[in-house]
Amino acid sequence: MNPTHPPSRTTPGSRRWVIVLFLLLFVLHHDFWAWADRRLVLGFLPVGLFYHALFSLAAGGLWALANHYAWPDALERWADEPATGVRETAPAPAAAQSPAIPLRTH
Amino acid sequence: MFALTEGVQVVLIIAGYLGLLVLLGLTSNHFFKGTSADYFVVSRSVGPILLLMSIFGTTMTGFAMVGSTGKAYTSGIGVYGLMASWSGLIHSAAFFLVGIRLWAYGKKYGYLTQCEFFRERFASPALGYWLFPVLVLLVIPYLLVGVIAAGKFVQATTAGAFPQWFSLPAIPGPDGTLRPNPLSGGVPYWLGAAVVCLIVLCYVFYGGLRGAVWANTFQTVVFMAAGLVAFWLVAERMGGLVEAGRRVAASAYGAPRLAREGLIGQAQFFSYFLVPLSVGMFPHLFQHWLTARSARSFRLTVVAHPIFIMLVWVPCILIGLWATAQLGPGTNPNAVLGRMVNQLVHSPILTGIVAAGVLAAIMSSLDSQFMCLGTMFTQDIVLRLVGPDRFNDRQKIRLARGFILGIVGVTYLLSLGLKDTAHVFDLGVWCFSGFAALFPLVFAALYWRRATAAGALASLAAAVVTWLILFYRDTAMGANKPPGEDELLIFGLMPVVFICAASTLALVVVSLVTRPPAPAVVDRFFPPQRPQAK
Repeated sequence: MNPTHPPSRTTPGSRRWVIVLFLLLFVLHHDFWAWADRRLVLGFLPVGLFYHALFSLAAGGLWALANHYAWPDALERWADEPATGVRETAPAPAAAQSPAIPLRTH
Repeated sequence: MFALTEGVQVVLIIAGYLGLLVLLGLTSNHFFKGTSADYFVVSRSVGPILLLMSIFGTTMTGFAMVGSTGKAYTSGIGVYGLMASWSGLIHSAAFFLVGIRLWAYGKKYGYLTQCEFFRERFASPALGYWLFPVLVLLVIPYLLVGVIAAGKFVQATTAGAFPQWFSLPAIPGPDGTLRPNPLSGGVPYWLGAAVVCLIVLCYVFYGGLRGAVWANTFQTVVFMAAGLVAFWLVAERMGGLVEAGRRVAASAYGAPRLAREGLIGQAQFFSYFLVPLSVGMFPHLFQHWLTARSARSFRLTVVAHPIFIMLVWVPCILIGLWATAQLGPGTNPNAVLGRMVNQLVHSPILTGIVAAGVLAAIMSSLDSQFMCLGTMFTQDIVLRLVGPDRFNDRQKIRLARGFILGIVGVTYLLSLGLKDTAHVFDLGVWCFSGFAALFPLVFAALYWRRATAAGALASLAAAVVTWLILFYRDTAMGANKPPGEDELLIFGLMPVVFICAASTLALVVVSLVTRPPAPAVVDRFFPPQRPQAK
C-alpha cells in the first residue's frame, strides 16, 4: 500500500521557527523566579506546579506546530516506497547478508 | 470461608481486573496471524490512537504513579518539573526526531530490534552483540521498578483484608511503644508481585505484542481514569482542594514542599533534562514505534503525550504533597499512594478501582519490557548464531517465551531482595540515566554520517563504565541516608550529565580518528532530505 501524501507545509523557514520555539520552551523550563514561592493558585495549586502544568500544555502546542510546519515529508515518502531486498522476519547471519543496497530513489 | 470485609472486596476487584486482562490476551490471540512478525510487531498495522495509548502506557510505569507520589512527599512539587514537564518536551522530541526515523528504517529494511538496526547502520555484528547485554542490564532495573511498585502497592491497599493469613508483628512507634503494623493482613509482597508477573506473562504469551498493545490501551484508560478518581476522592476526604492546600501550608513538614528552595538545586533541576532522553533508546519503545502503520500515526502521539503526562502527574504530585500533612514524616515513599488511598477512601469499590489503575500503569510497562527482551534474545542472539532458517516461526516464539520466563524469574527474585532498600523513583532515574547515555549513539546513527562502528563501541563502553561506577558510588553512599534523600549529585548536577558527556565524547573522538564508514553502508540510512523535481 502506498498512502497518498497531502501537500507539504514544511519549509526550511518554518522548520527553523519550530526549532526557535523549542529552544524558547527549553529556556522557559527553568523558572528560577518561582523557586521559593509557596503561594497557592486558586487556593490549592502551588505556583511552581501551576507553571509547569501550563508548560506541559505549551509543549503539546509546540509539537502540534511541528507536525504542521516541520514534518519529515521526504522521509515519510521514502519509507512508503517499496524497497528491494527487504526481509520481514529474521536477519541473516552476518556472513550471509546481502551487500548494502543503495536506496536513493530520487 | 472469608467474610466479605472491605479488604476482601478490594482484592476481588483487583482480581476481576486482572481476569479482564487475561481475557484480553486470549481474545487478541484470535487475531494472531501465526508469523513471528505479527507476534513481535503486530504486522506493522497499529493506527494513531492505539499507538498513542500503547506508547503512553508503556512510558508511564509504577514510576509515574507510585514513584511520583512518593517523591513529591519527600521532595515536594519540584518533582513535576524534574520529570513530567521535561518529559513532555523531550519525549515528544525523541518521538519526532528519533522514533519516526527509526520507524521508517524498520519498515524499509524489516527490522524488529534495535540491535539489528545498529548492526546494519554501522556494519558491525560486534556492536549488535555488545548492545544486547547492555540493554538487558538496563531493562532489569526498569522491570524492578514495576515489580517492586506493584508488590508494595498491593500490600498497602489490601492491608487488613486477611488478618488470619498475613498478620505482621507490631512495630515500635516514635515513642518506643509498640503499635500495629499498618500493612498487617495485606497480601504479602512476594504474593502480589508474583501474581502481577504471572498475569502479564499470561497475556504476553498468548497475544504477543498485539496483546500488549491492546492491554496497554485498556490499561492507559484505566489508570488515567483511576488517577483522577483517586485525586477527587482524596481531595474530598481532606475537606476539599482548598482545605487540602491549607493543611499542607500549615504543616511543618509539608509547607517547604510547596516550593523547591532547599529541596532541589538549580543545577540538579536543569540537568534532569537529560534523563527523558532515555526514551530514544528504550528497546520496548523501539518495538512499539515499529508497530505503526504509517509515519502519520505518530502525529497524535507527539502532541498528546505531554498533555497526558500532565493529566497523570499533576494529581499524583498533589496527592504526594497532601500526604505530607496527612501522614506526616517517616512514611516509606513507595507506600505513600497506597496508604493515602487506604486511609482516606473507605469505599472498597473505589479503592479497588484506584488499585486497579495503579496496577494498570505498572503492568502496561512490564508487558512491553517482557516482549522486547524476548524479541531481542530470539532475533539478536539465537537467530544470529544459528541462522534465520534453523527455526520456524512457532519455534522462534517459543524461544522468546522461554527467555522472557527466565528474565521474569530473575527480576522477581532480585525484587524480593531489594524491595525494602530500593526506592522506586531513584531506581527509575538510574535506569533512565543509563538509557539516556545511549541517546548520543542513536542520534549520531540517524543524523551523523561520519559516526563509525569503533566510535559507537567506544560510546557504549564509556556509557557502561561511567554508569556502573556512579551507580555503585550512589548505592554505597545511599545506604546511610534517609529514604528519598539519597540522590547522588556531582557538583550539584545529576550523574546523567557525566555519563552522557563520557559517551558523547567517546563517540565523537573515536569516530573522528577512525576511518569513515563506507558510503554504500551510510547511504542506506540517509535518504534525500526533500523530493527532487523530476
